[in-house]
Amino acid sequence: MADVSFVRTEMLPERAPPATAVGIIGWMRANLFSSALNSILTLIALAFVLLVLGSLVPWLLSPTWNAVSLTECRSILHDLGREGHLGGACWGVIRDRWVQLMFGFYPSSEYWRPVVTFFMLALALAPILFAEHTPKKLIWFTAIFPFLMPWLLWGGTVWSPLGALVGFIIAYFVYKAVAAAMSEALAMIAGLVAAIIWWMLLMGPIAGALSSIMPFGFEPVQSRNFGGFLLSITIGVVAIGFSLPIGIVLALGRQSDLPLVKYICVGFIEFIRGVPLITLLFVASTLLNIFLPPGTNFDIILRVIIMATLFSSAYMAETIRGGLAALPTGQYEGADSLGLNYWQSQRLIIMPQALKISIPGIVGNFIGLFKDTTLVSIIGLLDPIGLSTAIRADTAWNGVVWELYGFIAFMFFVFCFSMSRYSMYLERKLKTGH
Amino acid sequence: MTTLTDPPTESFRLSMLIYDTRYRSITFQIIALIGFLTLIGWLVNNTAQNLSDLGKEPSFRFMTEPAGYDINQRLIDYTSQSTHLRAAFVGLLNTLLVAVMGCALATIIGVVVGVLRLSKNWIVAKIMTIYVEMFRNVPVLLWIVLAMAIMIETLPSPREFKGDEPTASMILGDTVAITNRGIYTPEPLFSRSLGDVHLFGQSSLNFNISIDLLVLLAVLIGGIYVSRQIKHRADKIQETTGERPTTWYLRLGVVAVPIIIVLVALGFHLGYPELKGFNFKGGTHMRNSLIALWLALSLYTASFIAEVVRGGILAISHGQTEAAGALGLRPGKIMNLVVLPQALRIIIPPLISQYLNLTKNSSLAIAVGYMDITGTLGGITLNQTGRELETLLLLMLTYLIISLSISLVMNWYNERVKLVER
Repeated sequence: MADVSFVRTEMLPERAPPATAVGIIGWMRANLFSSALNSILTLIALAFVLLVLGSLVPWLLSPTWNAVSLTECRSILHDLGREGHLGGACWGVIRDRWVQLMFGFYPSSEYWRPVVTFFMLALALAPILFAEHTPKKLIWFTAIFPFLMPWLLWGGTVWSPLGALVGFIIAYFVYKAVAAAMSEALAMIAGLVAAIIWWMLLMGPIAGALSSIMPFGFEPVQSRNFGGFLLSITIGVVAIGFSLPIGIVLALGRQSDLPLVKYICVGFIEFIRGVPLITLLFVASTLLNIFLPPGTNFDIILRVIIMATLFSSAYMAETIRGGLAALPTGQYEGADSLGLNYWQSQRLIIMPQALKISIPGIVGNFIGLFKDTTLVSIIGLLDPIGLSTAIRADTAWNGVVWELYGFIAFMFFVFCFSMSRYSMYLERKLKTGH
Repeated sequence: MTTLTDPPTESFRLSMLIYDTRYRSITFQIIALIGFLTLIGWLVNNTAQNLSDLGKEPSFRFMTEPAGYDINQRLIDYTSQSTHLRAAFVGLLNTLLVAVMGCALATIIGVVVGVLRLSKNWIVAKIMTIYVEMFRNVPVLLWIVLAMAIMIETLPSPREFKGDEPTASMILGDTVAITNRGIYTPEPLFSRSLGDVHLFGQSSLNFNISIDLLVLLAVLIGGIYVSRQIKHRADKIQETTGERPTTWYLRLGVVAVPIIIVLVALGFHLGYPELKGFNFKGGTHMRNSLIALWLALSLYTASFIAEVVRGGILAISHGQTEAAGALGLRPGKIMNLVVLPQALRIIIPPLISQYLNLTKNSSLAIAVGYMDITGTLGGITLNQTGRELETLLLLMLTYLIISLSISLVMNWYNERVKLVER
């Protein structure tokens, strides 16, 4: 019987995939034209994109950089045969006013101070944000920065921030000394008392005496001269810096076994979350002085910062509480079974995990807080939006809309978007799952 | 026989207050209570001292005095002779108006954007991503003032509708006028109206409700009820015989026909806005501040709602859809019966908290001059009477009540849809 079966013994050479399934055509078939409906959607979307770009690009590319008024812009564009609101942007307003949008009415001879402060801010944030890419020693600069920043921005004698710093150093050494001799709780109280005695009683006279002997400092700048992004960033950074620790304490208080502490925290959080920030800012601008001892009258920026911090810390507390609640009970029980006390287990076991879970929420709160700094324009501070109203009221720029708000929106977008990207990076870096 | 001995009875020592866990919590709470009460006492004492120095006795009597200012956008009768309380009430209704309108529009945009962002179509998904990132990362106040500025600067003024060759014209067959003072739309009128119900008599909180509207609502609800009964009956027939009777025309009819009959009976017609002098008269006038606030709040909140919706849909595992498909369900049924019920459980709580945010953000109305409760009670009333403490207290209380009631609804919903576990 003849052998009729046929078995191929060698592989066929691989053939290239069909041209319609790979490369740009394949990608387009899969992502843009996979079905009839999809193709229609794609065409509509493309038309929309082209329409937007078609009017946006010529609008952006308009040679009005040197104009000094809106009328001049319009006449430049008119000469080019471009009319109407979409004819072209009037960039003259940005060139004319960008310094003001940055610094407000900060004295122009002192502009270097905020600039240096923000470079230092970047340097001080680096060890926190990118711990593994920065030298370890830089953290000391981060520790000094909170004292450096108000001195640089508001000016005045160098001895006041130094005095405040010395208070912390005194508290630390008293704490060390007492902790070695007696219990930790007592040491904490002793350190606090020592620092308060220094700040309340000794610091004032000593700093005064030193500044009269060695008058070293900057020209003081009034708070009402702060404005523009300088104001937004100052309020934002300080409130962000304080709201995280206060939020952690509030979240722990709300989870506490002590009913009284719990109810105080719940009441505070629910009250703050139930009212809009603007009412709290009204309190800051009109009422806060009534709550304080007669004759107290402190800085409006400081009042706003206090209110923004309280507001943000309540939201922060809820975010962190979510993280705490998401931890399995086993983590708490494991910490207890290791014999750790409450603060040790929080510090070593619970918080590192809870904070990691709540990173997206925390950064979301930071972004929200930074955006909410614009609300200060309603109580009369000159943040970018407050300034934009003033600029639009100026006869030269009366009627300018898109360029000005577009610029401010772009700046906010850059800050907020980079914050949200950073949080994604941090999430990826700290991810320990599979 | 007693093998168990009593625990050693230690005499109480003062140090046990700190070191013994049985007493420590009480010690700490008492310390916290004393600290808290001291703080409250200090604040109240300062406040009393300061107020008596200023010669202001805390009192809410000013609320019954004439307000003396006008409110241009209002839902109920109000004149400058009305009381501050009435002004606050007008403001509260305005807040609720923009909040309800905003929530509705934001939900529609948010759901559409959230779903489209998951689209397999690359370009559509990217456009939606750009929308979401653009609105989320820019302050809402900026969107509000920008919307207001655009309305004022780019829309035609009523004057441009005048003359033989007007530079602007009304749209939709001369029924809607879009001007820089707001939008004028036709208003529903009833030539054989049944009149109004007057609630709360002569007090500051009195308001009228049109009986026509109530009748229409009653007829609508009745129609929907009957329509549901028809559906139930159809379901039953399908279960017993396997064949579903065609009912859509019946169901549409029982809702639509009574409504049309009532509308004709009441003499329903539209009142069109007309240009008289330098402004439009007649029709419903939505002021530009309301529109700017409404659009800006809706677009801003919609970007957050889109993320909530997207997260909710992504959270439903693909296996659910596949299993439903394996059971033989059609795609529409899969969405309705399998994916949506599960996704809604995830979507609704953050959605309600976005509604809450929108309501609180509506207080930014003061930036564009829309008279919501912050603009009346916390704005002009505060400035005119100089009663900061009382007005701000009332203002915060109002917002707290709104927030807490929304929270209550949310908790009730969470409780209802919670998965029952072991």
